[in-house]
Amino acid sequence: MSKESNFIFNQTPQVLQKKKYCRFKKHGIKYIDYKDGEFLLKFINEQGKILPRRITGTSLKYQRKISVAIKRARHLSLLPFVADGLK
Amino acid sequence: MNTNQYETVIILTPVLSEQQMKDAVAGYRELITGNGGELVHEENWGLTKLAYPIQKKGTGFYHLFEFKANPEFIKSFELVFRRDERILRYLTVKLDRWGVDFNQRKRNGELRTVTPQGTKVVVKKKIEIEEDEL
Repeated sequence: MSKESNFIFNQTPQVLQKKKYCRFKKHGIKYIDYKDGEFLLKFINEQGKILPRRITGTSLKYQRKISVAIKRARHLSLLPFVADGLK
Repeated sequence: MNTNQYETVIILTPVLSEQQMKDAVAGYRELITGNGGELVHEENWGLTKLAYPIQKKGTGFYHLFEFKANPEFIKSFELVFRRDERILRYLTVKLDRWGVDFNQRKRNGELRTVTPQGTKVVVKKKIEIEEDEL
C-alpha cells in the first residue's frame, strides 16, 4: 500500500503545460508593424497593458520591439493608453 | 548625400472637409518632393475612429507618407507639423532594412492586408461597387 502511494508521489505531474515559444522566431518575422493595432492586441491585456514575456512566450529581442510598437500605436491613437474591457 | 527611408503618419482634424484634407496632404507631399525627398509610397486611411479623444475629437483623417530623405529634412518637416493647427498628431519613424522590406511586401500583397479596424478595406469595396454600377 505504502509502496504504491510512494510510486504515484514520485511521478511527474501528468498535466504538463505546452511549451511556450516565440512566435516571431518560429515564423521568421523580423519587423513588427506599429500600424497594425489588431495584431498588437495579442500582446496587451484587457486594460491595455503590455503583457509580460512569461505569459506570451516572446523572446527578449522581440518583446522590446513589441513594446516600442505598442507605444507608437498608442501615440497614434490606434491603441488606448487605458481601457476597460478591451477584449 | 546620405539618405534614409522614413515613414510618417499624420492625423488631421475631422473638422476639415474632404477637399481641405486633400489640399493639406498635397501641401506636405510637395514639401517632401520639393526638398530633395523621394516619395516611395502614400496611403490614405480616410476618416478613422481614434482609440481615445485628442483635442476633444473622436475621429481623424490618417495619412501615411513613406519617403527617402536626408536626416536634416526631418527636423524642418516636423516643425511644420508642430506649427500646423490642422494636425492632431504625427509620428515619423526611420525604417530599418526589415521595415523597408516589410512595407515592400505589404504593398505587393504578399502579406495579409493590415488596416486599422479594417476601415480602408470596406471603403475600397464600396467604391468598386459604385464604379461597376456606373
